[in-house]
Amino acid sequence: MFLYAYLLFTNMLVYHYSIIDWPFKYVKRNIIKAMQSILESFKMAINLMLDLNPLLLEIVGLSLGVSLTAVLLASVCGFFAGALLALCSFPGRQAILVILNAFMGLPPVAVGLTVYLLLSRAGPLGDWGLLFTPGAMIFAQWILVTPLIAALSRQVIEDLNVEYRELLWSLGANRLGMLLTLLWEGRLSLTTVMLAGFGRAVAEVGAVLIVGGNIVHHTRVMTTSIVLETAKGNLSQALALGIILIVIACLINAVISISKNYAERASA
Amino acid sequence: MRNALRLEPLNPAVVKPAKVKPGSENSILPLRVEGLGLILNGRLLLDDITFRLEIGPISVILGANGAGKTLLLKTCHGLLRPSCGTLSWREDNRNRLRKCQAMVFQRSVLLKRSVAANIDYALKLRGYPEKERLDRIDRCLNLSGLHPLRDRHARTLSGGEQQKLALARAWAVRPEVLFMDEPTANIDPPATAAIEQMIRNFAQEGVKIVMTTHDLHQARRLADEVLFLHRGRLLEQAAAERFFERPATRAADAFIHGELPAGSPFFTNEECV
Repeated sequence: MFLYAYLLFTNMLVYHYSIIDWPFKYVKRNIIKAMQSILESFKMAINLMLDLNPLLLEIVGLSLGVSLTAVLLASVCGFFAGALLALCSFPGRQAILVILNAFMGLPPVAVGLTVYLLLSRAGPLGDWGLLFTPGAMIFAQWILVTPLIAALSRQVIEDLNVEYRELLWSLGANRLGMLLTLLWEGRLSLTTVMLAGFGRAVAEVGAVLIVGGNIVHHTRVMTTSIVLETAKGNLSQALALGIILIVIACLINAVISISKNYAERASA
Repeated sequence: MRNALRLEPLNPAVVKPAKVKPGSENSILPLRVEGLGLILNGRLLLDDITFRLEIGPISVILGANGAGKTLLLKTCHGLLRPSCGTLSWREDNRNRLRKCQAMVFQRSVLLKRSVAANIDYALKLRGYPEKERLDRIDRCLNLSGLHPLRDRHARTLSGGEQQKLALARAWAVRPEVLFMDEPTANIDPPATAAIEQMIRNFAQEGVKIVMTTHDLHQARRLADEVLFLHRGRLLEQAAAERFFERPATRAADAFIHGELPAGSPFFTNEECV
């Protein structure tokens, strides 16, 4: 009887632990595997950066060139559009605001497809010959980023306008003078808006893949490289590129934030 | 109603050229206000206001909180468009009218730049050449006692210093008429005294001062004439001495004796006079 009870108990223990322990072991094994993979990717990313791999440098350079150009162009258009929407009242302004806010979340693939149709040989802008060039990628990213910058800068300038409107009018500023003054007064907040635009542009893949074509030495950027390496099953390489992309984005944000803080302190 | 909030020059139909007085050809004064009314969001906030502002004396618009002092000041300055009535300067040139006026707001609004740059901005807008701007900035800063703070960021100044800077900036553009909306609200007594001295200096230099306050002591110290506003209606315009000694209305008498709480329904419009 005791023997029977003992056997039953030990069997239950064995059964119990085998059931309970199994998923933990599995998860643990997978976590270790994933950590090893990430570490390998980190090593690869560091090696890629230290080696100054020419192809990587070319890809990083093109990524930054395309995204920064798109953000600068979008900022010029977005700031003025935002300022006009903040300062002027006209019929249909509310509808434009609704559309602008909706366009902040434009799907990149849809934008890519639209730009592709516009720039394709049969499209209305086919004569420009921009398809599968960095120019097409800048164009697509400009479309994606402009509504974001315009909508955010409108809010910034509208808040400033509430504060300064009466003073500027009283001092004798005309509408253009008001607009330029408000843009200058909001420069630090607008830098943050530009950073948000850069974040959207540099992380974007759908549109640049469609209009750029991911052609090596020509239109290959970080995000499209990551997509390519993932499709090839070269996950470590893809992860390494992803890490480099994040590091670069963080560096640019850090540089701009430090400059902004320095400017704030200097002006204070 | 919505038009009243738009920052546009006064409606040409409303601004009427007045007759030029001999001896004061260059002045935009006097300002004649007749039957002026202001409706905002369906509420009648200024009702049938009639007065005349002449060159010279410091005019203080006195009244309890919510009486409509700020609205009247902004309407005279052109920041709000009157809903009815007429507001006529002797000058009918809109550009000149704007250039001859300046306003200091209750909460000093300063640009995010240095003390000197704040004044410089106002002077640039009025088209002063650079050499004159620099001279004028120095003069204004010396007058306001802000010269040691010339290169400080304006937003880091104390409340009193910020208001002094706002006054100096308004004065820098050489206005003929300077509107001031409770310039010493929320400011400590020493800074208030300094600002009041600045106001007297401006008046001595020939600037027409039109200011609002609910501070009776300040009104006694500064005012040459008082315009008493109660619940959107102008009940009295009188010389300061006469107003404080023999107020002509019950509401003014109650206000002077501290018996008129802000927004009080104690007096109906019929009982005021």
